[in-house]
Amino acid sequence: MYIKRTKDFKSGLLFMFFGIASAVFSGTYQIGTAAKMGPGYFPFVLGGMLTLLGLVVSLRSLSRGEETRKARSLRVKPVILVLSSVILFGLLLRPLGLIFSTVILIMISSMASDEFKKKEAILSAFVLLAVVLIVFIYLLKFQIPVWPSFLTGRI
Amino acid sequence: MELLSNLALGFQTAISPLNLVYCFLGVLTGTLIGVLPGIGPVQTIAILLPATFALPPVTALIMLAGIYYGAQYGGSTTSILVNVPGEASAVVTCIDGYQMALQGRAGAALTIAALGSFVAGCFATLLLAVLAIPLSEVAFKFGPEEYFSLMVFGLIGSVVFASGSVIKAVGMVVLGLILGMVGTDVTSGTHRFSFGISELADGIGFVPLAMGLFGIAEIIKSLERRDKREVLKSKIVGFWMTKKEIKAAVPAVVRGTLTGSLLGILPGGGAILASFISYILEKKISRDPKSFGKGNIRGVASPESANNAASQTCFVPLLTLGIPSNVILAMMAGAMIIHGIQPGPRVISSNPSLFWGVIVSMWVGNLMLVILNLPLIGIWVKLLSVPYRLLYPAILLFCCIGIYSVNNNTFDIGLTAFFGLLGYVFAKLECEPAPLILGFVLGPMMEENLRRGMLLSRGDPSVFFTRPLSLAFLLMAFAMLIVIALPAIRRKREDAFHEGG
Repeated sequence: MYIKRTKDFKSGLLFMFFGIASAVFSGTYQIGTAAKMGPGYFPFVLGGMLTLLGLVVSLRSLSRGEETRKARSLRVKPVILVLSSVILFGLLLRPLGLIFSTVILIMISSMASDEFKKKEAILSAFVLLAVVLIVFIYLLKFQIPVWPSFLTGRI
Repeated sequence: MELLSNLALGFQTAISPLNLVYCFLGVLTGTLIGVLPGIGPVQTIAILLPATFALPPVTALIMLAGIYYGAQYGGSTTSILVNVPGEASAVVTCIDGYQMALQGRAGAALTIAALGSFVAGCFATLLLAVLAIPLSEVAFKFGPEEYFSLMVFGLIGSVVFASGSVIKAVGMVVLGLILGMVGTDVTSGTHRFSFGISELADGIGFVPLAMGLFGIAEIIKSLERRDKREVLKSKIVGFWMTKKEIKAAVPAVVRGTLTGSLLGILPGGGAILASFISYILEKKISRDPKSFGKGNIRGVASPESANNAASQTCFVPLLTLGIPSNVILAMMAGAMIIHGIQPGPRVISSNPSLFWGVIVSMWVGNLMLVILNLPLIGIWVKLLSVPYRLLYPAILLFCCIGIYSVNNNTFDIGLTAFFGLLGYVFAKLECEPAPLILGFVLGPMMEENLRRGMLLSRGDPSVFFTRPLSLAFLLMAFAMLIVIALPAIRRKREDAFHEGG
């Protein structure tokens, strides 16, 4: 069958996925009765509702309406670079400390832009590093490891 | 008079040096991020939330509230000068504001935006003060049934006022409710949906969720678009309005203030909706609707007053009933809970200086904004020339540091990246994330009240329909859904959301 509104169809599938997952996992907790609800009761009902809603959204996309807009070409570069810069920051903050993680985050995320200029990104990384150290570490006294753990000996 | 003594108490709190400084910092930050497109009050409050931990609760709330209404001011500046809304609620201001700027009336547009916002802010502050006590007294009569039905009403409200498909918005609310279930169940101690991850035992953090869905997803979307901004070259001459402009603008400010105040109180409402509706209203009642879109000062005065009024009156449901009516208020509720204050009717009696202090600080903050904004416009415009390629890595960095410092754990940073991806997928599928956030915040409260209500009624769900107040909320929610499903209204609603775009 020709799917006219791909966006709605996919949203429906996404809802069904979350709905079924919620209902299935709620089933493993105690459901209880309407008067004495267990931990599984409310999420089970919600999971059922979401599955149903997802089904309706998907089915409606098959029968009615036209493709409203052509799907814009998906660009993978910004998605991957932005997300991986954030994940790397999270992974490296403890072992490498704030200074190195900051520089890595700025360099990788800057590359996501079409107007990326290497020298400019390096400069901005160091300016931001100074700002972060002054504002968060010196002024606000956040408890963040600054130096790599192998230098300070702390974990 | 009681009101006067309450306001006096508020003044005492609001004008203490510490609170004045943080109120100023709040409105200044708010204006700044309001000017910068791509970063809004939601992200900013999420980033700065950890920085307020060390402050007294009242000071923290004063500052966070300042960011919200400050952003409404800043957003209009860029709408008028550059035709780029710095803030979602300033989208309509672009229509006539930028046209005025092209005609050399940028100064007048900025002045009426600032003065209109100030008038609206004063009125909304007063309204908040008058309404708070009676409403909170009503709230004391609420049982779990009323709370549950009120939350249903609020969630339906967020659906009705979200853009796009209604049924998808309902799905997002339910998904939000489910995400709110993650973590330890209060009644039984069971870990739900935590999959053995110890960091999830306390539930999904509000900050990673909001930052991911709004902050990170927004950055990825902007990077895809690659649009260029143009800064207005012509100079701003003359800040004062002509007599004719004043005559047109004054009634528009009054109407905008009233519309905005009303829409702010309704669940799901808030600054964005208020500015759209008031613009449409202004166009409807005008004798010359064709002049809108060509630089009519009323098209600036009314929505600018409305969004500011609404951004203040939307504190009413939060402070009196404990129910946040939109995403930003949900952030404020999160902030209050982190500071150990449960939002609800008890705030007024148990914490009067906090309650009245925050209200009066809004008035003080508005005064600061007028004084601050008119002379600083030149600086704000310069700021816009900072290219996005330098801005977004900085935003990402501050997000990451902010998230880490909430709980000092790196798991939350990974969680944020996950929600960033999810938010990006939602954007691609045209699913609005705002209803999800509201569902997430209300989820645990809703479950608790449902359980209590059903326990008291011994499993009989009819209590939700037999108690008059509860029935009234459910009927209103139902009526909203019916109204929105009517074809004629549906078309209007779509118009309203697409007016600026």
